[in-house]
This record gives sequence, C-alpha cells and structure tokens, in this order.
Amino acid sequence: MTEQTTTRLDFLLVADMVARGSRVLDIGSGDGSLLELLRERRDVDGRGIELSREGVSECLAKGLAVIQGDADTDLADYPDDAFDYVILSQTIQATRQPKVVLEHLLRIGRRAIVSFPNFGHWRVRLDLAFRGRMPVTENMPFSWYDTPNIHFCTIRDFVALCDEVGAQMEKAVALDAGGHPIRVALPWWVWNLFGAQGVFLLKRS
Amino acid sequence: MAHPTVPAEPRSQVDDPSSLVARFGADEPLMMDAGVAIAPWQIAYQTYGTLNADKSNAVLVCHALTGDQHVANVSPVTGKPGWWSTMVGPGRPVDTDRFFVICANVIGGCMGTTGPASINPATGEPYALDFPVVTIHDMVRAQAALIDRLGIESLFCVVGGSMGGMQVLQWAASYPERVFAALPIATAARHSAQNIAFHEVGRQAIMADPDWRGGRYLAEDTRPTKGLAVARMGAHITYLSEMALHRKFGRNFQDRSAPTFSFDADFQIESYLRYQGLSFVERFDANSYLYVTRAMDYFDLAAEHGGSLANAFRGKATRFCVISFTSDWLFPTSDSRAIVHALNAAAASVGFVEIESDKGHDAFLLDEPEMFSAARGFIDAAARVRGLA
Repeated sequence: MTEQTTTRLDFLLVADMVARGSRVLDIGSGDGSLLELLRERRDVDGRGIELSREGVSECLAKGLAVIQGDADTDLADYPDDAFDYVILSQTIQATRQPKVVLEHLLRIGRRAIVSFPNFGHWRVRLDLAFRGRMPVTENMPFSWYDTPNIHFCTIRDFVALCDEVGAQMEKAVALDAGGHPIRVALPWWVWNLFGAQGVFLLKRS
Repeated sequence: MAHPTVPAEPRSQVDDPSSLVARFGADEPLMMDAGVAIAPWQIAYQTYGTLNADKSNAVLVCHALTGDQHVANVSPVTGKPGWWSTMVGPGRPVDTDRFFVICANVIGGCMGTTGPASINPATGEPYALDFPVVTIHDMVRAQAALIDRLGIESLFCVVGGSMGGMQVLQWAASYPERVFAALPIATAARHSAQNIAFHEVGRQAIMADPDWRGGRYLAEDTRPTKGLAVARMGAHITYLSEMALHRKFGRNFQDRSAPTFSFDADFQIESYLRYQGLSFVERFDANSYLYVTRAMDYFDLAAEHGGSLANAFRGKATRFCVISFTSDWLFPTSDSRAIVHALNAAAASVGFVEIESDKGHDAFLLDEPEMFSAARGFIDAAARVRGLA
C-alpha cells in the first residue's frame, strides 16, 4: 500500500498536512488505507471510526484501532482536544448533520482535515445544466437513489460553513480530476469550477 | 428425565485437578471483596507455549461461567477438545508457538481452584455456603497472585469472552500497568437486570431441588442434579438465538412423526436441552454455579469508579479490541458499545467490531472467521509494538 502508484493522491496530500508522531482520529476509515499510510509515513498514533462492518474487519486485521461507529452519533463521546488531528476524508457529504460533525471535529481535534468531492465542479454543472441528470463521476460514483452522499456541497459552500462555525483555514487545496493540486494563486471561483475535490486544514479561530 | 447417578467428577477435580496447581499457604490469604480472607487456597491452571527470556510474551485467557483451565487441551472430564481450541493453539490467533498462554480456573470454580466444593480447613468438610461470595475482582486478584507466582510482571494480552471478558475489563481497570493489550469479547461492563433475572431462575432451580440440602449435598452424599440440569437448560437457551434454534431444530419431532400427547420430549429442542442439562451435571458443581453466577451479577465496573465507566480506563496505556455479535441478546452489542464509548471518553486506544452471526452469545466459542481475523490482527499488531516477532 506504500507504493506511489497505488496510493490515492488526496491521501498523500492529507499525510503531508499531518505532523510526524501526532495523535490522529480518522473518521470514515474505509479499509484503513489512510491510517496505514499515516502509520507508515508519519508514525502517528492513529484511531478510526468506520460505518461498515467489512471496513472495520479489514482495519482490525491490519492492526488498526478502528471502531465500528457513526460520525453522526459517536463523536459526542470524545473529550475536547483528544487528538492533534481529526480527519474526515470524503465523508462529510455522507453525514446527517455536517455542521454538527464539523463542530465536533474542531472540538475533539486541535486541527481538523476535511476533504470532500466538489459539487461545483464543471462536470457536475454540465451534467445538471445540459443533461438534466444528477452527476455520476469518479469521485461521486453513485446514482441518486442509492448514494450514501446526502449532503453534497461546493467548495464555496464549505468555505461559508467554516466561517459560520468559526473555523480558521490554515491550508486549502483543490485537486483536479486527476488528483493533482490546482495552483494556489488562482481565485476561489477557479477552484470551485475546476476542483474535483477540496482538502482543508482547519483550526478553531 | 432419567435420574443420573451421583457423579464422581467433578469432585475428584476439586482436590486433585488434572492440571498445574499453585498453592498459597495460611500466610498468603486471598483477600475477598466480601470482606473475608481465605487461606490456604489454591488455583489450578494450564499453560501452553514457552515464556520468553524477558517474560514479555504471556497471554492470560479468562474463562466464562462454566469454562475451566483446559482451554486448548482435551478436557480430562469430558474427553472433548479444549473449549477455545479454535482461538488458542499453534498458529491460532492466540498462537501458542509465539506466546506463553495461561488459563486458570476461577476462584469459586470446581476444577481445582478453591471454591465451595473445596474442603474448609476449619471444619474438614466442603465449604458449601460457608464459602465467601465471590466477585469478578476476586477472580482477577487470584489470577494476579498466580501471575506473581510465575514471576511475570506484565501480561502481553488478557483475552476472554462473556464472564471471561468481564475479567479482562477488571484486569485493565485494576492492573493497567500489567496489561499491554486487552481483548474482551461478547461481554459487558455490568450485568444487566435481565441477565441477573436469568441467573436467579437458575439458582432457584438448584435451591429448590431437595437434594441440594441447604448447600450441604456433598457432606450428605447427594447431588441436586435435577435442579442444576434445569438451571443449565434455562441458561443454555440464553446462549443461543431464535434464528439458531429455528435453523437447528425448528419444530422437528424427536424420533417420532407425530406428537405423543404426553410430556415426553416430543420436540428435538426438548431432547437437546435435556441432554445439555444432564451432561452438565456430570462436570459441574451446583454450589459453584451459584457462586459464579453471583459474581457476574455483582459485576458493575462503573460503580467501582464513581459511577463513570470512563474513569475505570482514564490515563491507562492498555490497548483494547472489543468484539460483539449481532444475534447475541445476552450480551448485546449495546453493552460492548458502552465499553467502547467509555474507552473513547478516556482517550484509550480501542478497536471495535460487531460480527454478523446468527449463533447468539455462543458465537464467541464457535467457528467465526471474522472474529479470528479481528483477534489475529489486533494481537499481531500489539505484538509488533511490544517487540514480539
């Protein structure tokens, strides 16, 4: 899993944001790929929450401290400042209460890292504008009727939510469809149009 | 129901168990939560594998209500394979090729550790009800004395299911510096009202048997086999699930094609339960059943820590893996979640998985590949951190 070719580019970007040896909670751990990457590359003390039984079983078999649970219900148990980083990777759009979840992230972690598919991407806009259909893309591979993603947002929407909950953006990166970062100097509307996903490093302001 | 003869076992195992025994003299009493000390006392145990030079590879397996120390060897009483030989053994998740595995009979038990069937030195007769009421903490205290005797400072892992899981939690709360990794399975941090209720029914069945003789049946050479069998039959239902019962037995008749219009064991499930009851009395002491069920009833780890379960685990370095089963209604997943929530609140390292199974509480003793792979992953990862190859 450490091979450059098989590791997701957004995971590498997240790993770059995490300080070596820190305590990390990964919400929506999936099969544990990100936690494994963080353990191997950044020597983190990692924990995880994953909704699916299959995902948790895979994580446990890899020796990762992952619990079967739900971001919407299980974050309340964690004490303030329990972690250096709380990571919500490609999951916020699948939560029932994204705002509450984001507030928990900022409470539990000294910093939060959030990545999500950008519903403002030009392909999404094209699908809606010209095909009149809900988009199905590589980042959003589900049809509208069976998608776990119930709260899609655009990069600009997310920036507005950060303002609302008092989160300070330490780093913000948009990745294009190939997973490569878009040049930082470009204005927000470019990010919102050409970013297939957004990755944000946040902290309480 | 056939009236079984007075069984020789397990009485012979009480005094002279077919296993190792650590004996503690009059000067080494075991202090019990009931406020009394017992001395002399002994603890019967088995070991598997080899203790390494720095004594860092010891794993303690804690047994459940009616288990014993014979976790991975053929039982000297029943002739059946060890009760958890799928989990413990060469190449198993608890790998006896790599770890030094210890399993001891609990205090209050009847397989060689001091309990109500043991001889009371003050009277020369079995303790019977003069034996102090036992708690999970007492069981763990006795195990800690054994671990001391074996010269082991810290256990690499403590693992157990059901009542064994309660002991795992108690170990982690009482001796955190001596537990590197804890693997409680199908268990709870406190016994529920429903579970206390089931235990009470079992105890009342034993005590209602005229052969119980106020607990003095050993001295009077009788056995409350009917009461103990009924207790086991009732308890056995709680270890299964409606789905498993339906799958195994349904409404099938036993050796007949129609009801007999009698109270004979017409249904397979009746015949099965009667068999379970009868075979149990051959291997278990009725008073031990009273004491060990009582220990589970009294278990409430939060109560020991000011009402907050998180306090039991705060500031401890032990890493945990908690496992539950979907169809377990005796120790439902909500009980395991309560443990996990407390561990999270204490910022402890914890993994947790609910495994899909229709086998009920018994699933933890059965062939559940997902349980094995989760246990193996957890133990192997912990072993790497501990420097055990």
